[in-house]
Amino acid sequence: MAVLRLVRRRRDGYELRLEDRERELLREQLAAMRALLLAENPASDVGVARLFPPAYPDDLLENLDYEQMAGNGLLAERLAGLDEAEAALGDPRVSEERMLSLMRSINDVRLVWGVRLEVTEETGSADFDDPRDRATYDVYLWLGWLMEQIVGALGET
Amino acid sequence: MHTLTAISTVEVARAETQTAPVEVDQPDADESVEADIPWIVIVWNDPVNLMSYVTFVFQKLFGYPRAKAEKLMMDVHLKGKAVVSNGPKHRCESDVARLHAYGLWATMQKDA
Repeated sequence: MAVLRLVRRRRDGYELRLEDRERELLREQLAAMRALLLAENPASDVGVARLFPPAYPDDLLENLDYEQMAGNGLLAERLAGLDEAEAALGDPRVSEERMLSLMRSINDVRLVWGVRLEVTEETGSADFDDPRDRATYDVYLWLGWLMEQIVGALGET
Repeated sequence: MHTLTAISTVEVARAETQTAPVEVDQPDADESVEADIPWIVIVWNDPVNLMSYVTFVFQKLFGYPRAKAEKLMMDVHLKGKAVVSNGPKHRCESDVARLHAYGLWATMQKDA
């Protein structure tokens, strides 16, 4: 059976075989992630909180030290990763580093949607009565499919 | 109800996804697990991160062979958590931060 592959490893990098509307969807998702990261913080948004979990869940003071040590760096790393991920969508050949950034940014988007939609292992489209939530869940699933292919391509020799 | 989810929920055929070793971010011989070091790093199960992704991250960050990375991922999936590294406090904090950067739910604690 022919297998549809959205990501292929080439000698000079990776090829993203996306339709224009799929690239546009990804750009929208990445832009929404950037806006979320710049506007919210772990205390104000449950999705952002998922991206910055506590290192010491039972020790408030230790965790404050950890946040001071790592928090700004993690935010800056995510924003820089979004730059690379967005650039990857315009590249005919995507470097490994950019593909890694794209993978991580897509995973962040999935984490935020997953938390907001309260996704569990048993969740299915039929669980969402609101058409907007169902549409978001469809995007979440599609991003998971793409993630699976990126992980597979990055694991190839 | 934290469970890693497989992409099997999506009705798609899978591309060939395995099995090559993954280039490591920061190879470090000192990252081998030693039983008598006081801090441990734990990765917890969650319902969003893909199983293949978690395996990839363990290989990428810690340089673990695929078999070990998959074993740890399955421990996370089936037992709810797995100890993925240990060592001095500062190194464990670095490992936790790197796992957080990849979106994994990681914590650290003194080894009981």
